[in-house]
Amino acid sequence: MAFLRSLAPAILFVAVYFVISLLVTNSYYQLMMTLVLVWTVMGLSWNMLSGYTGLMSFGHAAFFGLGAYFSVLGHVHFGLSPWLAIPLAGALGAVAGLVVGIPTFRLRGHYFALSMLAYPLALLYVFEWLGYQEVSVPMERDHQLLYMQFEDQRIYTWLALALAFAVIVITRMVERSRFGMALLAIKQNEAAAEAAGIDTTRWKLRAMMLSAGIAGAVGAFYTVVLLVVTPQAVFGVLVSAQALTVAMFGGVGTVWGPVIGSLILIPLSETLHAEIGSWLPGIQGVIYGLAIVVVILVAPEGIFWKARDFVLKHRERAETARAVSRRAPAAAAPLPATAAPARRAPEGKPILEVRGLSKAFGGLKAVQNVTFSVKEGQILGIIGPNGAGKTTLFNLLCGFVRPDSGEVLLDGVNMAGKPPHVMCAAGLGRTFQVMRPFARMSVADNVVVGAYVHAATDAEARARAGQAIERVGLAAIQDKIAGNLTTKELRLMELARALAGRPRILLLDETLAGLGPAEVGEVMAVIRSLAEEGATIVIIEHTMKAMVQLVDHFLVLDHGEMLVEGEPESVTRDPRVVEAYLGAKWSAAHA
Amino acid sequence: MTAAILIENILQALVAGLLIGAIYGLMCVGLALIFGIMRVINFAQGDFMMAGMYCAFFIFGPFGISALFGNVVGPYVAAILAGPVLFVAGYLVHLFLVSRVSGTNTATLEGEGHYAQLILTLGLALILTNGAMILFGSQPFSVRSPLAISAWEIGPLWGDRVSVFVNKSRTVSALISVATIAALGWLVARSRLGKALRASADNPTAAIYMGIDVDRSHRIAFGLGIAITAIAGGLLATNYSFHPYVGLEYVIVMYAGVVLGGMGSIMGAFWGGMTIGLIQQMSTLVLPTQLQNTAIFVIFLVIVFFRPQGFLGRSAERT
Repeated sequence: MAFLRSLAPAILFVAVYFVISLLVTNSYYQLMMTLVLVWTVMGLSWNMLSGYTGLMSFGHAAFFGLGAYFSVLGHVHFGLSPWLAIPLAGALGAVAGLVVGIPTFRLRGHYFALSMLAYPLALLYVFEWLGYQEVSVPMERDHQLLYMQFEDQRIYTWLALALAFAVIVITRMVERSRFGMALLAIKQNEAAAEAAGIDTTRWKLRAMMLSAGIAGAVGAFYTVVLLVVTPQAVFGVLVSAQALTVAMFGGVGTVWGPVIGSLILIPLSETLHAEIGSWLPGIQGVIYGLAIVVVILVAPEGIFWKARDFVLKHRERAETARAVSRRAPAAAAPLPATAAPARRAPEGKPILEVRGLSKAFGGLKAVQNVTFSVKEGQILGIIGPNGAGKTTLFNLLCGFVRPDSGEVLLDGVNMAGKPPHVMCAAGLGRTFQVMRPFARMSVADNVVVGAYVHAATDAEARARAGQAIERVGLAAIQDKIAGNLTTKELRLMELARALAGRPRILLLDETLAGLGPAEVGEVMAVIRSLAEEGATIVIIEHTMKAMVQLVDHFLVLDHGEMLVEGEPESVTRDPRVVEAYLGAKWSAAHA
Repeated sequence: MTAAILIENILQALVAGLLIGAIYGLMCVGLALIFGIMRVINFAQGDFMMAGMYCAFFIFGPFGISALFGNVVGPYVAAILAGPVLFVAGYLVHLFLVSRVSGTNTATLEGEGHYAQLILTLGLALILTNGAMILFGSQPFSVRSPLAISAWEIGPLWGDRVSVFVNKSRTVSALISVATIAALGWLVARSRLGKALRASADNPTAAIYMGIDVDRSHRIAFGLGIAITAIAGGLLATNYSFHPYVGLEYVIVMYAGVVLGGMGSIMGAFWGGMTIGLIQQMSTLVLPTQLQNTAIFVIFLVIVFFRPQGFLGRSAERT
């Protein structure tokens, strides 16, 4: 029901567009109405990959062109009807997306964008070489319906409208599901997404296939409308640029961006092209170029977001006055901190066993032959001076870094070298020393991303996220955007995100770093309450004082090696530990 | 007999590859200079090169270089003079546009700053290409020197059959390329300006604290990079005709060369461009001419997949 309501604007848009199309009689404007929708769909296709995952594609023309040539050649050689060719072109596009995606997703940032550019350009030359400089769709006067060749231009508009509506619905569905959450998380912070249990490669591939499938289908439809296909027209840079431009101009990462972008840019450039294109032949490209430059400088995320921020700001200003009194009592009051840390001693069987773990970066032996185990319910503290290899050890455990040798046994199964999302699914939840929030998402959404690992449904994930937020005491601010939180709130949010996945072991990497003394107390209270509930925790920390109160067992690292291991009492008195922390001189003087 | 022809073809392709490779190398150096110092990938580099070609054309004709230096030397002088003109253009484009999305302005943008740069320069590329279309139309231009149709014959090398023809114009162009790179190398390695550029590249924040105007360094680097590629364009124009869309044909050549040489390595980019030139010319031995560019794209993809840090460079991509 909520989903249907979210489609209301889309249905309204389709209805209005339909009514307008009924009124337009000029065939040129009818064609333009169709083209607006074609580029809307193409923009949505680009948006599906690049808008949501943040991986810029300059090569969507590859899929568009393949769809177009598939449709026209299928018709010429096999009499294939567009009714069949369009869905088949979609499937072909999806396959092409998979073929392109598997190798290309190994690249990031600039390299990804540039590589994507190479595909359509390579195909362009191949199709020219094959002799398909210009392929026309054969006229089928006897089978007009079968071959989508209508006298009434408006029918094309309606078909395009149906296609656009379908793609809008698909995009909406993706946006609201764990699919969309995963893509947004990848866009904002890929490492954190992996640590939250998201198989980033798989989701990116799915996004690519869906995106490329849409591009292939709309490419096939394009041939039905224009009746002529040339390599430049379907594989050219302008096709990729146009898809990107309408989405960027209208708004990245929202279903309405491409719609707004096409509604403004396509009529503008087509009209200019028709009016003055005869003596200014490149005017269309210049318009797109200018639109891109202006948008990047003025509203880098597009008109939709600019307008939304404007509206939200006004609404917020009106609301803050009312909300002040209401919000005050709900302010951060986490779980009641029980006075005595009378926790049962951990006696369970070991969950995590690490044997002989080593990693060297070139000549630097970051972690050498580290062996320890963590029992159920135990709180293990890992300490050591800066550069001792603590974070590297965590990265080895979580799969961000592959160990050179050694084993990481989770419930007796060796998981060493498995990717982070697998480790997360197996029960390792972590926080980061340098915080990695999904900065543009709300606190609740941040935590939901972490909850999807073991949740079967969206509702279950929401419920688990809600519990985790409650547990760390952030319920009052769960609708805030993560980018606006304080350091303490971010630390707690990361903790909630890790908790939401119901990890068997929680790895906390310097959770207290950057906090003031009072804030340390608040966060410690949360961690202590988790410990009392029987959670198993491995914690890296600098502040000895905080650690001594909390942990059952210490592991001291220095220069990547295990220095000492044991009870807090004995470890803090060990001369080697004192020496590692304070230097040989100090320990000699105070011996 | 057939063996002789094969050897002759291979040698011929090798020579052609080396000569064109020197010009490609120069092109790539321009792009690498911008990337190396500013960490900005200039998508519009090919179109600035196109602008350099038209610039050389107008310097040669209407501005009287042909009258002053004659038809033989004139085209090369025009090519070199296109450099300073495009330097000013690049300097201004950076000042008014690129600086808004790069350098000290992107500190708050994090990863998104990179995309803003790529997309801004994509917009510039569209404006330049289509603007040139409006101004000059689609008919091909050229600044061909009479040397372009004469060659030195080396040989016969083996018996009386195998001999290699070395195009005079391309040889002159290749020599000018190498000289330009040598001059640039001196500028970057020895001069005060070069030190400022390298410091800005290495650690912009530290450079600012040392009193270096990093934004100015970036403007100069952008202008220089554009100028270098424009000279390469002018040199190409002495051999080939060109049109407004020519930038696109070379943009992948440039990226491939720069990636091959290791992103950010300026000398590496020269050797990368040289390698691409050789691959392109050698590919004509086995592939139809239309697929030359496809061969480059395939090589480019292969390089990027297997060795994104290039053969000479270290990984420059920030994660």
